[in-house]
Amino acid sequence: MKKSMLSIKQSYIVCAIGVVVLFGVLMGVCETGAVSLYVKGIIMTCCIAVIMTTSLNLTIGVLGQLTLGCCGFEAIGAYSAALFSKLLVANGVVMNDTVRFLLVTVAGGLVACIFGVLIGIPALRLHGDYLAIITLGFGEIIRVIIQNLKVAGGEGLDKGQQGQALIGIDRLANLYVVFWITVVTVVLLFMFARSRYGRAVKAIRDDEIAASASGINITYMKVLVFAISAFFAGIAGGIFAQYIGALTPSMAGWLQSINYVIMVVFGGMGSLTGSIVSAIGLTILPELLRAFSDYRMLVYSVVLVLIMIFRPQGIFGNWEFSLPKAINRIFYPKGKKGKNGDAGKAEATGVEETKEAKHE
Amino acid sequence: MSEPILRAEHLGITFGGLKAVSDFNMTIGKGELVGLIGPNGAGKTTVFNLLTGVYQPTEGEFFLDGKRMNGKKTYQVVRAGIARTFQNIRLFKQMTVEENVLVAFNESFTYKMGGAIFRTPRFWKQESDMHAKAIDLLRIFNLEGLANTEAANLPYGAQRKLEIARALATGMKLLLLDEPAAGMNPTETEDLLNCINTIRDRFGIAILLIEHDMSLVMNVCQRIQVLDYGRTIASGLPEEIANNPQVISAYLGSDDDTDSEEEN
Amino acid sequence: MGNQIIMFISQIFNGLKIGSVYSLVALGYTMVYGIIRLINFAHGDFIMVGAYVLMLTIPAIIACGLPAWLSVVPAILVCVAVGVIVEKAAYKPVREKGNNMTALITAIAMSLLLENGSQAVFGADYQTIPTIIQIPSIAIGDLKIDGATIVTVLLGIIIMIALQLFVSHTKQGKAMRAVSEDKEAAILMGINVNSTITLTFAIGSGLAAVASLMYCISYPQVSPMMGAMLGLKAFVAAVLGGIGSIPGAMVGGLVIGVVESLTKAYIGTITGGVITSAFADAIVFGILIIVLLVKPSGLMGEPESEKV
Repeated sequence: MKKSMLSIKQSYIVCAIGVVVLFGVLMGVCETGAVSLYVKGIIMTCCIAVIMTTSLNLTIGVLGQLTLGCCGFEAIGAYSAALFSKLLVANGVVMNDTVRFLLVTVAGGLVACIFGVLIGIPALRLHGDYLAIITLGFGEIIRVIIQNLKVAGGEGLDKGQQGQALIGIDRLANLYVVFWITVVTVVLLFMFARSRYGRAVKAIRDDEIAASASGINITYMKVLVFAISAFFAGIAGGIFAQYIGALTPSMAGWLQSINYVIMVVFGGMGSLTGSIVSAIGLTILPELLRAFSDYRMLVYSVVLVLIMIFRPQGIFGNWEFSLPKAINRIFYPKGKKGKNGDAGKAEATGVEETKEAKHE
Repeated sequence: MSEPILRAEHLGITFGGLKAVSDFNMTIGKGELVGLIGPNGAGKTTVFNLLTGVYQPTEGEFFLDGKRMNGKKTYQVVRAGIARTFQNIRLFKQMTVEENVLVAFNESFTYKMGGAIFRTPRFWKQESDMHAKAIDLLRIFNLEGLANTEAANLPYGAQRKLEIARALATGMKLLLLDEPAAGMNPTETEDLLNCINTIRDRFGIAILLIEHDMSLVMNVCQRIQVLDYGRTIASGLPEEIANNPQVISAYLGSDDDTDSEEEN
Repeated sequence: MGNQIIMFISQIFNGLKIGSVYSLVALGYTMVYGIIRLINFAHGDFIMVGAYVLMLTIPAIIACGLPAWLSVVPAILVCVAVGVIVEKAAYKPVREKGNNMTALITAIAMSLLLENGSQAVFGADYQTIPTIIQIPSIAIGDLKIDGATIVTVLLGIIIMIALQLFVSHTKQGKAMRAVSEDKEAAILMGINVNSTITLTFAIGSGLAAVASLMYCISYPQVSPMMGAMLGLKAFVAAVLGGIGSIPGAMVGGLVIGVVESLTKAYIGTITGGVITSAFADAIVFGILIIVLLVKPSGLMGEPESEKV
């Protein structure tokens, strides 16, 4: 047992090192001016997409419930964060920019989370197609309501104008901070998924009736997962608001949500690393193929159908990339560390635990 | 006599005017193994669904260890101590054999979300304790070697056994087995019979068994209750049941019986 | 006072007009859902396909000296072809291998494909459709009813009755009902399930083409995204009526149409300006949510439950 504990710790350290190295590279290219503002923007967008996609995967891939309203929560988070930020300024609250950014972003996440619970409790009584449709409906309602809120248009708050984009949001999003928020998000989701909670959630995905016959409170777990997804979607929204500086209600629309669903499906249902890869890939790819941007969705849709036909579980399936495992493979090519017995099992869990790092 | 594990009194349920089960009475004491038999459509599985909170009874009530269970949801009934298996096997197919059991252990874990996220010492201790317990449990069913196999890839007999193992893992007092031997060959049935005896002796639990395999029922059950058209038509020791004319006519049908049914 | 009543009645007729379009589209959803338990997200886009065919063929039809509405024939042919191809090329292979979720994602993908495909071919902008039909309005006292409204509503009702007769009295119609009740049993009864499903798609898509004609009579413009919101509302109508039920689709479509029309006209005054007509879409989705939560089987559908 001791040996395996060590190797779990080792694999954590390996992953931590991986993340730090990645951060070092990021800092290096940013500080030396090797990358333009444009590239920094793409990296920021990648981070937002990673947060959205990994948290959505918890609902779609791990819980097995298709929702089409994630951008409704993103929009709630974005607008709450933006208005909260404006409110702080209007009331003359002075604080460090990073502190304000974090405070406002988390507030956006919490508001989205509250709405997640309020919507989740009734909606999650439904299954399959009906759940997809009802979440789509809630998303559209959120969009229409935001569109018609006086406080959420123009300059916002008491200077607000109905039916306009919300502008003049302080652009406090800092790439380094956002990078670490993304890392924390992925780590939290991973720890959740690899625990008794994650097991219960997967059990619900596989068979609800058997899960409740095994003593699992289905409603509670479903709402919990839905709320966690909504929270992180709200966080992503808060970052987005403070990165772009202006918001339009169309960000809550269901076509936007489907964008993230596509990322989840491409990456693999239930695979967090798959989500990370596909979120980054599908964010960068359109930028590389600017000339073909008119055909982006056309290509996506064809590829999506092909994936559904030939590999319905997504590119990664439920397989997770693991940095320590990869290292193990390089240094112990014959697989000397067998998977038999307690130690092997515990180690396998530990090793997989760490995979998330590499991809930020 | 002390309070029985299960006491059902005048339990019944009506679906849109149809009485699926009516006036169902049963007591099961600690360590008892009772059989519930009857022709197809007699309402046996409906009784299981009533006892596990899948359906709510429209009449009567039932008690577990003296505690009234009416109105409880499935997961509450299970946590209180009634676990079951299903006629059509319901495993967590994309999870490993061990994970299937660990899911049912869920309530024995005490670490919370914070513990999971920060990987506290308590998290590691409980995870490794539960892993050991799960392997122990699987050993009873000779499944320990398959612990890391995906449940969907198990052979049929092993799937049935895993379902029972998972039910045991909930830490129940009363185990409901819904046709555990269905689709098994005689050797597998024999194997299963040994398992059932082992778990009863080892865990000291009460078992209620639905089964069509009469030799299995007659062999293991201490008492048998017979359902037909949702009503109890007989109840007693296996040999009494085997010779009960009403039971025989329910299974084989008699001329009067069919006539009277048609008139109804 | 009299003016207000006339205003109210003409709003109702407006609602019935768009409601008949919703009904026809809802029929497509309901029939496909009934038979393969799939929300065919692409169905709304079949209307868009039909509308583009109308736009392209009307000049040719008029040049041949035929009435413009005959261009509905090529529209039907194209829509049926598109519907059947979508089913054969995408839905069928996915249905055989995947689960409900993969099927639904495929349907969404097909919707995106049609929308973005049209955008690549025709551009993203609205284009106008030549006038299809000129019908004089009918005046009853002070009340003026648009001719297009009457034609649309009548056409809707006729198609609905014809379809109901088809499903209940013909061999193919009975096969459809059998397949939707129990696929395995239908196979055992010698029904060719695949061709029945194809027929269902063909009829649904054909109805979408008719719906696009009806829509374009009143709103003579077309764009790649026109089917998305129209399709969603028709789907709401199908759920409201009870998915799988033909009369339900009709009733649901008309109700949604009338509610939408009345909302746009009166919600501002009723709520004292708190909720404005801009909320009309939100109210349609609100109805959907309430129906799903209170009576998921809709007004005329039958409830389903999982057997334990």
